[in-house]
This record gives sequence, C-alpha cells and structure tokens, in this order.
Amino acid sequence: MREEGLISRAQNTWCPGCGNFAIQHAFKNAILELGSEGLSLDEVVLVTGIGCHAKMADYFNLNSVYAIHGRAVPAAAGLKIADPNLKVICCVGDGDAYAEGLDHLLFAAKRNMDMTIIVHNNRVYGLTTGQYTPTSPLGFRGKSTPTGTAEPPFNPIALMLNAGASFVARGYTRRQDQLRWMIKEAIMHRGLSFIDVLQICATFFDPHEVYDRMVYEPEGHDRSSIESAMRLASEWDYNSESRIPIGLFFQGERPVFEDRFRGVRPDIPSRENKIGMFLEGRR
Amino acid sequence: MEDFSVLIGGRAGEGLNRAGQIIARLLNAHGYHIYMYYDYPSLIRGGHNFSIIRAATHSIGAHRTHVDVLLALNRETLILHSGRLREGGAIIYDSDAAKADGIGIPLSKILKEEGAPPITRNSGLIGAFARAAGIQWEVLERIIKKEFPKGTEINLKVARRGFDASEQKLRIDRPSMKGLPLVSGNEAIGLGLLRGGLTSYIAYPMTPTSSLLHFLAEVEGDFGLKVVHPENEIAVMLMAIGAACGGEKVAVGTSGGGFCLMTEGLGFAGMAECPVVIVLGQRTGPSTGLPTYTSQGDLLFARHASQGEFSRLVTAPADASEAFFWSSESLRLAWRFQIPAIILSDKTLSEGYYSLMVHSREQSSVEESGPGNEDRPYRRYRFTDSGVSPMAKMPTRGAVVKVNSYYHDEDGITTEDAAMTASMQEKLLRKGEALSKELGKYETVWTHGRGEDLALVCWGSNGPVCQETADILGARVVRPIVLHPFPEEAFGRALGSPAATVVVEQNATAQLSSILKGFGHRVDATVLKYDGRPFSVEELATRVQEVHA
Repeated sequence: MREEGLISRAQNTWCPGCGNFAIQHAFKNAILELGSEGLSLDEVVLVTGIGCHAKMADYFNLNSVYAIHGRAVPAAAGLKIADPNLKVICCVGDGDAYAEGLDHLLFAAKRNMDMTIIVHNNRVYGLTTGQYTPTSPLGFRGKSTPTGTAEPPFNPIALMLNAGASFVARGYTRRQDQLRWMIKEAIMHRGLSFIDVLQICATFFDPHEVYDRMVYEPEGHDRSSIESAMRLASEWDYNSESRIPIGLFFQGERPVFEDRFRGVRPDIPSRENKIGMFLEGRR
Repeated sequence: MEDFSVLIGGRAGEGLNRAGQIIARLLNAHGYHIYMYYDYPSLIRGGHNFSIIRAATHSIGAHRTHVDVLLALNRETLILHSGRLREGGAIIYDSDAAKADGIGIPLSKILKEEGAPPITRNSGLIGAFARAAGIQWEVLERIIKKEFPKGTEINLKVARRGFDASEQKLRIDRPSMKGLPLVSGNEAIGLGLLRGGLTSYIAYPMTPTSSLLHFLAEVEGDFGLKVVHPENEIAVMLMAIGAACGGEKVAVGTSGGGFCLMTEGLGFAGMAECPVVIVLGQRTGPSTGLPTYTSQGDLLFARHASQGEFSRLVTAPADASEAFFWSSESLRLAWRFQIPAIILSDKTLSEGYYSLMVHSREQSSVEESGPGNEDRPYRRYRFTDSGVSPMAKMPTRGAVVKVNSYYHDEDGITTEDAAMTASMQEKLLRKGEALSKELGKYETVWTHGRGEDLALVCWGSNGPVCQETADILGARVVRPIVLHPFPEEAFGRALGSPAATVVVEQNATAQLSSILKGFGHRVDATVLKYDGRPFSVEELATRVQEVHA
C-alpha cells in the first residue's frame, strides 16, 4: 500500500474547513521529512482514539491501531512494551484523551514512555455533534449543557508538566511551519512528547478569530526549566481571553519506562527445561 | 494412613498460608498426593485464618469436613474447628494461649527463651506436628531450610523446640519417596502460559489472581518475560492488545470486577482480531462481594461479555494439572484463531495447592501462520475459508498493518458498507466454527465412573469434589472443560442417558444448567452453593443425596 504514497485511498470525510486538515498536512510533511532523513516508515505506528481526529488512522498509509474512545494511549504503551524501537504516535482528541482517557494520558507522562501524543484540541465533541469537553470554556453552551457548563476547563499543558512529560508543547493549526517542526521534534524526542494542538471545529466551535489575535511565540523562554514552563503555561487558562503562548514549553531528559524491556527476549528452547527445573524444585 | 487431613488455624498475619504450605511439603515429601485449601478473610491483620492440608495415596483436589489433626495457634481455632476433629484425632495447641485435651506446646515461653519473633510461632507448631506424625527431624529440617531462606536458623530452633516437646500420635507409614511437584493453581496457570509461549503478562492486582502476577513477576528474569502492572484493568486490556499487535504473546489476569473494566477492550480484541488470554479468577458475589472467597458466578458473563458478536474460547480447568495443560493450549489457540481466550478459574483453584500431574499428552502442534507470498500487498483482514487472516506484527518490513475497532475492509480501513459489514461479521464467526473443529481433537468433556443411575454434571474446580462424591454414591461425573464454544456433541456423547442428571455448581442461579437446558438436556436437580466456601466431600455427598434419594 505504501507505494501509493503516504495518503491512503480512504475517502476523507472531515467537514470543509475542519482544523484536522491542517494537522494531517503538518503530520504528513513531518513524516515525509523524517523519512527522507532516514526514519523507516515500517517502524512508525499511528494510534488513534475515536472521534473526528481518529480518521487519521484510515487516511495514512502507515501501520495503525484505530483503537477505542480514550484508549489510544494504553494501546500505544503496549506496542512500546512489545518493541521499544517502534516510533509510536498517538493522535487523540480532547474529549478522547482529557475525559475518557485522562488516567492513561497522565500515566504515560508519569512513565515517560518514549512516544508522541498529539491532541487535536478543538474543545468540543464533533462526531457526537457538539457537547462540551474538558477544555471547553466555562459556560459553554453545548447540546448536553444548553444553559452553559458549570465547570472551568483543565489546563492540559500544566497537567502534563506536573505528570512528568519530558516534551510539552502547544501548537496552533494556523501556524503550519511551527506545527510541522514541533511534530518532528516530538517524534525524535526520547521520552513522552505531548503536543496540545489548538484547532477549530468548523461546525460546532470556531474561535479562530480569538486564536489568531491571541497566540504568540514567546521569546527568550528557557525550555529546560520546568518552572519557566509552568509560568508560561499559566498565562492562559483555556478560559479567559488572554494571550496564548504557543511553541515548545519544556524539554528534558529522564529515564524511559520501556527501556527495561529492551533486549528482553524469551529463550524458547530452554523454556521447557526451566519449567521442568521449577517443578523439580517443588517436589 | 491412606487419607488424612490437618487443619492449622490462627490469626491473620501469623503466616497460616505459609505454614500450610510447609505442612503440605512435609507430606508431599513422603509421596502423598496433596490438596491444600486456605481460608482467609480480606484483611491484613487479625481475623481468623486457617489452612486444611489433605494428603492421600490417590489423586485428590478437594478437602474433607473432618480432620485428623488440629493445630491451634489460638483459642478461637479450637472453638471454631474442634467439631471437625475425627474421633481419635490429635490436637496440638499453644498451651500459653489455650487449654485443650491434646499436646500443648508453650509457644510464648519457647519464643521468649529463644529470642524469636512472633511470626516463628507456627514453626513451633509445625515441629510439634512433625513429631506427632512420626516425620523425621531431618525431613523437616530440609524443608524449613528450603522454605525459609531468610530467618532459617531461628525458625529451625523454634521448630526443634516444638518437635522435642511433642509426642508421636500418628504414623506416616508411606515409604518416603519423591512426591509430585506441589504448586498452586495460579502457579500451574502461569507455568502453562509460559509453556504455551507467553512473553508478556499484564495485570492489575486483584484477588484471587494477584498471586499469579506475583509469581510471574518473580520468574520474569528466568523466562525473558515482560511483566507490567498498569494504572487499571482498562489499561491492562488495551496494553495487552497493543503488545499483541507488536508481536508479544500476552496474557492478563483479574477477577470479576476487573473483568468488567476489561470488557470494553475485550470487544475491541474481538473486533480487531487481536489475540489475548484472560485469566478470570472468580470470587463471591456481585461488586466487591467476598473478595477472598470462591464462586462460579461468572460463567455466563465470561461467555457473553461485551457488546456485539465475535468468537472466543472459554475453558474451566478443574485442578492444577488441567490448568497447566489448558493455559498452554488456550494461548496457542488464541493466537491460532486470533481471538480472546478466557481461562475461568476461581479462588478455590487459583489459591489452592495441588500435586501436579503433567498430562502424558504431548502439547498440541497448533501454530499460527504468518503472512506468505499471497499477502503482498499485506491485508490484515484478508478473507479466507477459515476466517483466519495471516497476522503480521508491527513492524513487518514492507507491510502496512492496519488494526481497527470499526467494521473495516480487508485492508483494515473503516467501512460502513452493508455488504462488507455482513462479510466481516461472518468472518468473525467463521473463526469460531474453525475453532470448534480444532477443539474436536481435544478432550473437551471429562468423564469419570460408570453408574447409569446418576450423572453429576459440574464444571471447573468442583471437578475433584464431584469425582469423590460420585465414587461414594456410585455415580458418574460429566464435566465440560471447554465452556465456549460449547462442545455439545462431545457432551451429549459423554452424558448418554442416565436415569437422573444432577448439576452441581458454586453459584445461585445454576448457570451451567441453563446452558445445558438450552441444548435440550434434562436437568433433574441442581445442587448449588453460594456462601463463598467450596464443597467438602462429605457436604456434597449429603447435598446430592437430599435431591436424589
């Protein structure tokens, strides 16, 4: 199938103007560039949850696990346990990863698993036709909250910094060059890479005017300092209309969970002997 | 002595499970077949714990109500269990804690004199038991050295004091010979999985399968095994699926509550055709229930868990020997047919200790087939006669492997096409027919005895107790080992046409019975038990006689 190119024959069914196109585009270019720099595409696995974002699994001629809602991250973790050399990239949604699968997201960061998590954060459920998500602004009027939500949003950047992710970034779909660069860096980073990508939902939530006005790339930010990263993360709470820093917030080094499984290979011929020896010891 | 039982009881935290195992090893060292039942409430300290160790010259897998020796670390043990003591049986007790008509050992005094910690009290009682049973000191010494690599000396000292203060009451006249390997049901399951090719084990702790997690974590280095304990059972199941996609042979373990959380992933495994083995150790009741007691309440749940329809294998081994065999085969069959395979255990089997008999039957030659030349370009869900598509792991050079939880086409790309949906649904079920055919090569229904008057039908860990009961009553036992796909033909043949059929189950709604009725079998009576405690031989014989005069 790869001979046909990186984009599969699957028919694209995103709405016209959907923010996912921009992520797909940046992702494709990042993979193509990494491929030309020597990355084996056989070793790339795209893991998605369920939601509009997840169609990425169908649209790419790459190994993929089109998993279930909220559960892309543990499936990806299983792949890394099986083969620590795989380049595993999770494309997940904000309802998907921040509601249904938040526990897995935090634990992947806690373990600093060497994989990339790209959150297609449009701050609304699209596929289920317009309900609030954990990053919708306070008072969001969706189909399940017609009078407005009564809960403020999570700040996923701060959550992931606290949980131990070693690469934390925020992208915006209308900053294509930066997004492509960020995805490449995230894939090549050794450890848990997390990118919260602000995108619009053309049908249910489109704050692009606010984003266009408010996003900025901070200058002189120390990416190696978790304190600076936390300060930067607190500039925007996903709720109020304030400036929205985008770019790489933090990059650090710490041990990777699945390294303990590197090189672990069962010695099949001796397995019977070992079972025999164990049983002998129990006589 | 051909068949005798020892009960050791005390407070939780006094090492009663360990003590029971040492007594079991002592008797095993004399060539007896062993079964050990360990009864404990769900707490760490306090409460009453006891172990019943039964030794016999024939194969056993059940306890008896009556015991021949009662070892009491406290007064409560005497109050609760004196009624079990057979006439002429012996009581050995801590004379600093209780009064009784038997061999009193002043354990507190001994510990004080030896400067020994409280946990060694049971060693004093074990020493006294060894002497009372006519077991040589050297045998006990060897076993204590092996079982207590830490604190060997102090345990030996206390055991010797107990030994010296005791007197011979019984005679183990069986020649000292090598016993069979003594293992817990969970160890047998773990070893069977390893034999079948297990490379990863993923589990969240939950009684009664926690000890399987502990066992496999302990031997992980020896077997090149990857053992992971994630955040919850949802993650367990999804990690297992991911690991299977990456080429691992993976199993998970849990009990009913955890299996509830795994159910979502179970359906994913079914739809995406990712093989996985699930060890489901049943315990009593809905919700938290009785965490440390037994049940067979999850049979229908295991057969039907998850939305939608797909093929699966459900087996219920009766003892350690069967658990060893079927765990290995479950793993092989799961990978051959790319389906979930559930091994239904329960607290009785998982935490009981048994003498393991390795089946003389060679392990099967079931092998999964990888992609061949006809698989270029590779299509993960290529249609075949059996429904089984060659499975390529990620990564496979030159292959794009697409795994999908949606209905999908042969490439693994999502589809909502009506004809493709129907074809994929049929593919999922065709694998079940192929599995049924393969199972025809196995002993899927176990039978015992000849009587045409009465057939006792049971499943899982009730097998051994039914076997002994049938021997007492002159009945037959018919026990399906494979419970899904139900081996209807083999079962019908095995059952024949007895005058009466009584179904014995450790649940309140007779779940196997409902399956049998569905196939048109007559069930004359059921004997059900749902108090968390396994049947003893005497108890089951009485209960069966009540419904079948």
